[in-house]
Order: sequence, then C-alpha cells, then structure tokens
Amino acid sequence: MPAPRPLRDIAVVAFAQTDHRRTSDELSEVEMLMPVLHRVLAQTGLKTSDIGFTCSGSTDYLAGRAFSFTMALDGVGAWPPISESHVEMDGAWALYEAWTKLLTGDADTALVYAYGKSSPGSVRDVLTRQLDPYYVAPLWPDSVALAALQAQALIDAGDTDEPALAAVATRSRTSATGNSHAQLRGSVPQGDYAVRPLRTGDCPPIGDGAAAVILAAGERARELCERPAWIRGIDHRIEAHGLGVRDLTDSPSTRLAAERAGLFERPVDTAELHAPFSSQEVVLRKALRLDGSVDVNPSGGALAANPIMAAGLIRIGEAADRIRRGDSDRALAHATSGPCLQQNLVAVLEGEPR
Amino acid sequence: MPEVLKAPLVVEFPFTRSLGPVQSAFLTGLRERVVLGVRTADGRTLVPPVEYDPVTSEEIGELVEVAATGTVTTWAWNHDPRRGQPLDRPFAWVLVRLDGADTALLHALDAPGGADSVHTGMRVRVRWAEERTGAVTDIACFEPYDGATAELTGSEGRFEDLVTGIVAPARLDYTYSPGRAQTAYIQSLAERRVIGERCPSCRKVYVPPRGACPTCGVATSERVEVGPRGTVTTFCIVNIKAKNLDIEVPYVYAHIALDGADLALHGRIGGIPYDQVRMGLRVEPVWSDGGGHPDHYRPTGEPDADYDTYKELV
Repeated sequence: MPAPRPLRDIAVVAFAQTDHRRTSDELSEVEMLMPVLHRVLAQTGLKTSDIGFTCSGSTDYLAGRAFSFTMALDGVGAWPPISESHVEMDGAWALYEAWTKLLTGDADTALVYAYGKSSPGSVRDVLTRQLDPYYVAPLWPDSVALAALQAQALIDAGDTDEPALAAVATRSRTSATGNSHAQLRGSVPQGDYAVRPLRTGDCPPIGDGAAAVILAAGERARELCERPAWIRGIDHRIEAHGLGVRDLTDSPSTRLAAERAGLFERPVDTAELHAPFSSQEVVLRKALRLDGSVDVNPSGGALAANPIMAAGLIRIGEAADRIRRGDSDRALAHATSGPCLQQNLVAVLEGEPR
Repeated sequence: MPEVLKAPLVVEFPFTRSLGPVQSAFLTGLRERVVLGVRTADGRTLVPPVEYDPVTSEEIGELVEVAATGTVTTWAWNHDPRRGQPLDRPFAWVLVRLDGADTALLHALDAPGGADSVHTGMRVRVRWAEERTGAVTDIACFEPYDGATAELTGSEGRFEDLVTGIVAPARLDYTYSPGRAQTAYIQSLAERRVIGERCPSCRKVYVPPRGACPTCGVATSERVEVGPRGTVTTFCIVNIKAKNLDIEVPYVYAHIALDGADLALHGRIGGIPYDQVRMGLRVEPVWSDGGGHPDHYRPTGEPDADYDTYKELV
C-alpha cells in the first residue's frame, strides 16, 4: 500500500546546532540553547513573533529538576503569549507534533528545538528510570548493558561480529571529521569492553548540546529557503515494552514507520540514522533495507555526537541540510528513543528537481 | 569570569506503585517461590506476565505456572556493576526464557566462571532471595544449572495476602551548576548584595537573572545592583506549618519589587504583625549568616509606595 500523501507540503527550511561537548557547566540550559535559536531564526530572517507554532523536546531527568523546559522558554521570547508545546521526548517527536500542527493549517511556520545537558548526572543511570517500573527498573540495567544484550543477540544470529561493529564506529567517526559540531572525530580507540560485547568505541559519547529546526508550509517554505527539504512522509512506531517479548535482532517498528513514510517507494541517496550504539546501525540497515549505494551518517551520526533529546532531531536537520546544500535529492532521517531501539521515527525528505 | 558554582544534588524518591491483578499475582508468586506467566488467546505464555497482549492488545489474565529453570536467549558481561544492580561482583545480564514460557525475563546471572563460562543457550535456574517481599528482586539472580527442568509447585496463582503494591526507591546523583547568570547572582548574595541583569533590548532588569529575557528571547548580560529596599506588590498569609520548616504560622509570604528591578521576587515578611502587611509596604532585607538569600524582609518605616510606582510589577 503506498503511503498517503501529506495534506500540505511541509519542509525543513533551516537547521542549527551547538558544538556538542562533554560538559558545558558554565552555561544554564537556556544559555546553551539561545545561540542556536538565534542562528536558526537568522537563516530565515524570521523573528519569534513571526513563528506560528513552537514545540520542544527535552527531559527533566537529565537536569534533575522539575519543569526545566519552562526555563528554556525564556530563550524563545514567549511574551506576548505564543502557541507552544513540549514533548518529554527527543526533538524529532516535537518536530512530528509541529508537522501535524502545520498539516491542520493552523500555522504556516514552526520552530522546533531540543536540548540536553547530560553532564550534571550519569546518563547510564538516568536512562534506567524510563524502563518498566515493575519488572525492570528495580534491577537498574543501564543503557549500555541493554544495548549489549542486543549486540550479543545480533552476534549469535550471525548478523555481525566485533570487528564489523568496530568498523561501524571507525567509519562514523571518520565521517565526523567533516562535521565541526561533532564531539568525537577522527581516530578514536575501540577501547576496552564497556559491557561485553560492546567496547567503549561502540558507545556514543556523552555530551551536552542543542538543536533547532524551522518548518514551513507550501509557498512560505519557498520564500524562506532556496531549496527546501520537503517532508514527503513521516511516521513513528513503537515496540512492545517487554524486552524479552521482542526479537532484538530486528526492528519491525522502524520498518513499519518507514513503509508509512514512503521510504520503500524510491531509493534514497542519504540516510541519517539515530543509532547510538554501533550494533544498532546493523539492526536499522536491515529494517530499512539500506545497501551500499546509500551514504549512511555522513555527519558521523550518534557515535560522533549524541546529545540526549536532541540527537534524533539532529538527524532530521543533517539530512535536510544535505538537501538544502544540493548534496542529496532524497534522504532518510531516523530517530530513536528508549532501550534497544524501542521507539522509532522515520522521515523521508526530498529536494525538488534541479 | 569567576569560577562557575557547583554543588551535589541528590534526587531521591520512594516511588509507590499499585499493581494490577496479573502483576499482583506474579510478584506475590515470587514471594512464594512460584513463577507465573500469563497465557494469550493464541496459546503463548508470557513471562514476565502483562495484562494486555502485546500483539492484539486484548486483556489477558489466565495465569499459568512456569518452571524456575530456563535457557539464556542473550547475555552481556557486566564487569563493573553499578549501584542498585542485583550483584556487586562481575555478572552477566541475561534474558532467560523459563521452561514453559515463550518470552524472556531480564535479570542477572551469577557466573563465578567469568564471561567465558556464559553463552547463549546455557541452562540456568532461579536463585531466590532469602528475604522476599513481592518484588522482582525476590529473584536474587540466576545461576548456572545443568540439571533437569525444575518441577512445578502446582500453584494456580491464587494466594492469600496478595501483594498489591511496590515501593521502588530511586536515587539519582547530579552535580548541579546554575550557569553563568545565576552563579553571579548567588555570589553577590554572599556579599549581601542583590544583582539583576538588564535586557539589552527592552531594558528591563530581571531579578534573579536567568541569562535570558523571556520577553525578547535574547541574552542578558549587563549586571545591575538592585535594592536593597523594595516594595511589597502582593502577598498571602500562610496558615499551614510546613514540615521541617522552623517558622511559626501564620506568616506572610510576599512578592517584593526591589528598587531598580522590573520583576518582583518572593520572600517572607517579618518584624510586623501578619495582619498589618499591605501592598505598597516598604521593606528591606534581613540577611542570614553564612550567605544565601535574606532570611526575611522587614518594614523600613518609610511611607508606603504609591500604587502607580509598582502596578506594572503586581
């Protein structure tokens, strides 16, 4: 069944991100975020008061403070009152909400931003608090341990091995040498086991960062951007929450989201995958049927910079930038959330023929 | 720029959760050394059990006992256990499909033989915790096992004294840093001064400063000393005594516009009977020892401020 065409043409017209760093403790969240908001607005010439809808993604658990997103709103300029929403998710899901809002015709432009400061706490421990509170969270299995269970399942299934995983990590960080925002670039030792079979090189850097995207509909997009990255389809799906219910070597939710986003109708030339662990790229390549003709993670991906809550939105922004620059005509962007690729969002972006 | 402030921040909660009928049976079963699954309409047995079929979303509740022995479906070697994890020596995380189940349970495997002694497909059995309360941690861990399938107890999942809730303590440790603007604010308090920041665009002075003007969405950086005196813009009378707070009720909690500030901050009013506090009252800070915010504000004795001078700040 072909994916339905969106009711309105909506495009990414601007994207900005911070330089992602291990720590940015001299800055509050809003101080880290604000320059990114200013840069993304400057790309389009829009002011806050011109934006029809604002949506953000972040989580209080990184900062350990309730309602931290309300403080970040200071960086937007929310007075006089604006139309605004927040998701306790990666900014890719905030973009999905904004896209939906634009589809309704209630707004023609949207500002989407996301940020995460991982430096105040321990991400491996913090992420345990998103797990099933009855059967799993009391055991405190950290994010690396859960990814390692998935990696071992892939090795047992013959889908990969440790040298192949190391190659994914090396390729990603080599690609990141062209990305001045990335946190880990170039040659990075594969290192010792973090949780076997994953080595430190298979794991994403822990860092602070923010990103912002502007969406616009129809003619407005053409006014704001020379070559808009049109969102031809976007969809997100979720797996059963029980890890032991799932086949960890596959990602049916990614495949279904991709189908509904229209990915399989025509080949893509670029794929920005949100695979924080090298082993997860193996799962995603299979689910998305990516072959050697596709440039996977030219930005370096999440193995080069993984600011929690922003890394998925950055995949969409990086894919859109490739289109806006003319380096890509049809690109896939993927975002994930939860343990072992639990939730997955797929967007298909296109530039108009040149 | 002075060094940015940092301090330990511990967020700790005993999360109390109630259980549905299936979870209640499962966790009570663990207390009684019985492992229960739930059977789906198409005959699969899910362990740990859930109340809704993850495929069809139909409500399910038919309990069925499975064995306390099983097979590892995948594993990961954890050489450096973290706080709260089931074992404090190196162990393997495992997904175990118990004999009689179609899905796997996540837990720890105590493997004294080390990582090389663990493999997918290995046989394991439950090691019960000595003290069991009706929680997933009643399974202390799994251990290697090369015997036959464990015998069932014959339980049908009906117990007296059902466990109906769990308390899951959660603790996360942070190092809090307030960032550039608030660091400067806190450092000024130690010198018994209050500083705000002026927006370069609308010229308003924000106290405490947060680094950005919420109206204009731009960075604030020009520091401005405000106060020490100010005006009560609005207030309330608190009649409920807070736990761990050594203040007699009733007391007055007020919004106070310090002289030179364009935003009111809040503080307690003292040195005047609670029923004589009023809008427009002129107050000044009474500093506590050892830095930090003023303990409270007290009347200065000046005439009350005209409403027009603070009406924009109410």
